[in-house]
Amino acid sequence: MKARYLVPLAIFLVIVGFLAVGLKMDPKRVPSPLIGKPAPHFELSTLYDPAERITPEKLRGKVWLLNVFASWCVSCRAEHQVVSRFVQMGLAPVYGLNYKDEARDAKEWLRELGNPYEAVIVDPEGDTGIDWGVYGVPETFVIDKKGIIRDKVIGPVTEEILENRLVPLVRKLKEEQG
Amino acid sequence: MRAILFALLLVSLAASAAIEVHQFDDPAQEALYKELIAELRCLVCQNQNLADSNADLAKDLREKTYEMVKAGKDKEEIVDWMVNRYGDFVLYKPPVQRNTLLLWGGPFLILLVGVLVLVRFIRRRPSTGDHLLSEEERRKAEALLQGQEEERI
Amino acid sequence: MIPEIGHLALIVALVVALVQGIFPIVGAYKGYASWVAVSKPAARLQFLLLLTSFACLTWSFLQSDFSVLYVAENSNTKLPQIFKFSAVWGAHEGSLLLWALILSAWTAAVTLFGRSLSPLMMARVLGVLGLVATGFLAFLIFTSNPFERLLPAVAEGRDLNPLLQDIGLVMHPPMLYMGYVGFAIPFAFAIAAMLGGRLDAAWARWSRPWTQAAWVFLTLGIALGSWWAYYELGWGGWWFWDPVENASFMPWLAGTALMHSLAVTEKRGAFKAWTVLLAIFTFSLSLLGTFLVRSGVLTSVHAFASDPSRGLFILLFLAVVVGSSLALYAARASKVRSHVRFELVSRETALLLNNVILVVTTVSILLGTLYPLIIDALGAGKISVGPPYFNAVFIPLTIPLAILIGVGTVARWKRDSVANIWAKVRLAFVASLVFGLVFPAVAMAHFSWKAALGMVLAFWVFFTTLRVIRDHARGRGLGGLSLSQWGMALGHIGVAVFIVGITLTSLYSLEEDVRLAPGDHYGLGGYDFHFKGTTSIQGPNYQGARGEVLITRDGEPVTVLYPEKRNYLTGMPMTEAGIDAGLTRDLFVALGEPLGEDGAWAVRIYVKPYVRWIWLGALIMALGGVCSLADKRYRVLARREREALVGGVA
Repeated sequence: MKARYLVPLAIFLVIVGFLAVGLKMDPKRVPSPLIGKPAPHFELSTLYDPAERITPEKLRGKVWLLNVFASWCVSCRAEHQVVSRFVQMGLAPVYGLNYKDEARDAKEWLRELGNPYEAVIVDPEGDTGIDWGVYGVPETFVIDKKGIIRDKVIGPVTEEILENRLVPLVRKLKEEQG
Repeated sequence: MRAILFALLLVSLAASAAIEVHQFDDPAQEALYKELIAELRCLVCQNQNLADSNADLAKDLREKTYEMVKAGKDKEEIVDWMVNRYGDFVLYKPPVQRNTLLLWGGPFLILLVGVLVLVRFIRRRPSTGDHLLSEEERRKAEALLQGQEEERI
Repeated sequence: MIPEIGHLALIVALVVALVQGIFPIVGAYKGYASWVAVSKPAARLQFLLLLTSFACLTWSFLQSDFSVLYVAENSNTKLPQIFKFSAVWGAHEGSLLLWALILSAWTAAVTLFGRSLSPLMMARVLGVLGLVATGFLAFLIFTSNPFERLLPAVAEGRDLNPLLQDIGLVMHPPMLYMGYVGFAIPFAFAIAAMLGGRLDAAWARWSRPWTQAAWVFLTLGIALGSWWAYYELGWGGWWFWDPVENASFMPWLAGTALMHSLAVTEKRGAFKAWTVLLAIFTFSLSLLGTFLVRSGVLTSVHAFASDPSRGLFILLFLAVVVGSSLALYAARASKVRSHVRFELVSRETALLLNNVILVVTTVSILLGTLYPLIIDALGAGKISVGPPYFNAVFIPLTIPLAILIGVGTVARWKRDSVANIWAKVRLAFVASLVFGLVFPAVAMAHFSWKAALGMVLAFWVFFTTLRVIRDHARGRGLGGLSLSQWGMALGHIGVAVFIVGITLTSLYSLEEDVRLAPGDHYGLGGYDFHFKGTTSIQGPNYQGARGEVLITRDGEPVTVLYPEKRNYLTGMPMTEAGIDAGLTRDLFVALGEPLGEDGAWAVRIYVKPYVRWIWLGALIMALGGVCSLADKRYRVLARREREALVGGVA
């Protein structure tokens, strides 16, 4: 048997290897290029106090989370409990970004499910969402003391993600120098 | 059940054309806009570009593209704007960089291999040459060649 | 009860397939005549069983039996009868059943038409097909049972995806599968020949008609799909380089290479090892396509609802089938000796070059299709590879291919000379340059060098083919051409027509999205589109709006189009474009969204020159395939061998 007749088999096996790995991956999950970069600027009012303006710069010096949600988003409802539990731990404040929503609907939604957020920032046109590279609601960002985005959860935060990914990360970030 | 419903929902985004009316200052801008929305990928869709998608985010990003084109930005600026937010994934035409070297170089490489194999094959083929070997000579030559082959391996 | 019969038939078919796969192959190896004899009855029985199973599922659809989960998910009492029928293959489970049915139909056809095969060869071929069928039936029964019950039954089904409620889609999947699955036959012949240790010209002669038949179906299937996308999706596009489209295009390219390579192997006994490898490669790409479409590893517009467990099953199956075939190839191909002599300048070389380019194109498309997955698997980022890449790779590679068609068809087998070939194509060369350069300047809106290049190539293929027809007809008249010579000529003329279509459509299409209120008109490409307004319509399972657009040219009415916007029961909006088809141009109008109170709509208007030529070209290619298939050479051969056999017995 000459070696060159084995070449097709070898190539095929390599391809099968990649396909097998590919089966375990989600082709629709796109990592954010913003991780490791400063949080994009915004200056938005809050849901309950239109006069109040929040910017990422104002939150410098503390570790905080930005949770993108909307009342029309079905999986946000599922995630809400987990986010609330995280807030109860008292590790870090969570800011809500109410994405492309009606103020009335959002308030109703929060009244029904409870409001865990430090403040709810309103992004009715979705411009800030686009600046932050949001492509599916819900999404959750972790921002460190220097205002750098350190992680992003795409889709609902589950108990597992909370325990194994967010809590350890936030603990670590709180140790870091501001 | 849920998976199927999900798939149907996604297809529903695909089923109706995204038709929008825009005014442009000049044909060059219009051409740029069309080129961009054809080459940028809608992130929430199943493999569709911005031009074809009816998804909300695609509409927003078309609007952003339109605004930037109107504001006189060039292709590179707009593409950078998109990549800064969503990464290389939004580009249907991946840039030539480290992780796409094999992609862009691949076809040339494959062609080169193909041509090399072809040349080797043609050079090694028995020719219809004028003086054919006698049967005995041929057998000898073949045995000789085979011997060499084995030595090399 | 009926669904249970279908289910049972499916399970029995699996057992029969296993028998068909094991006994003949082992029997042929060990020389047990009785084991070998099992193959034919098993293959035919398997076909009958799958036909029964398929009929049961069809019955469940026609009866709207919503206690069957698959029916409940894909049908509805209000669904028109014809679509209830086609809904059988509207989703994953049913389409896989169709796959299996078609495989068994091809297999049964081999038992009927392959009478010239030696019993041992027949047994091996059927055995290989039996093993392939075993894999698919196991996949069907264990991961995707279409007869699964939904108890208690629901009162109303969910309805078929409206995109599939279209005559184009009724025919597209069966055609496509006939092609995909048909390549299992040359694959089985190749494996059987290697198992038997006899790789000769006879093997190529047996494989050739089957390969051509599969290729014809695949050509038609792809063309139908492209045509459907063009008028049904409302985008006016006809090819998107989507992974699923690539999954059908790659076997087509490899199959095209295989057809040509088989011709050389049959006529000259050359390239045997290469042809076997191509047969394996082509069917592997069919299997890979099935994997890509049904596993969810790649995102695609057309993907089925995906399920990783299904993906794992097909991947294992793919690994076993292709892996063992390639291992067998490695073991046997090195023993194949080719003593066929040919010169550098000869038709053999041209066909080899054709093969190299087609395979390079196929592998490049494969690379582009799998690249995002490979990069992701390596953790090196997440990228997209889309139409700009594939066009950049595909178009340059088709140029040498078109040139080769002209050279290869006039070149003589074995040995030719450059001077001789040049003498034959000189006239065609000059004519194609002249016509190709003049055509865009005269017949199109403006001159373009790209268009000129495309047209030169198209005319080149056309004129050289004419030259070949003339050579063959010399002294005998056109009637003197054999069907396979006509087949080749038509196949290549189809390519020329196809090149014209692609070139002119992509370079000269005009597209505009405009706001039109009733009474407004818009001019595009010399046509005036007058929007008359919309009326509301009520279909059996949808409601919507129908627009009326009068199109005039220089004040003269050309046609009236009625584009529709439908909302189906499932809540899906659908765009039904209004299209006026023409040989030199299509006029295309689609409704977007209503704008404002005055009855205005966002309307998409296209003028697409020569777009029909794309599908016309494919049709002519397929017709060429049918011609060569019908060549009496194969029939005469079959009869002669049969007579010889009978004579031998007597």
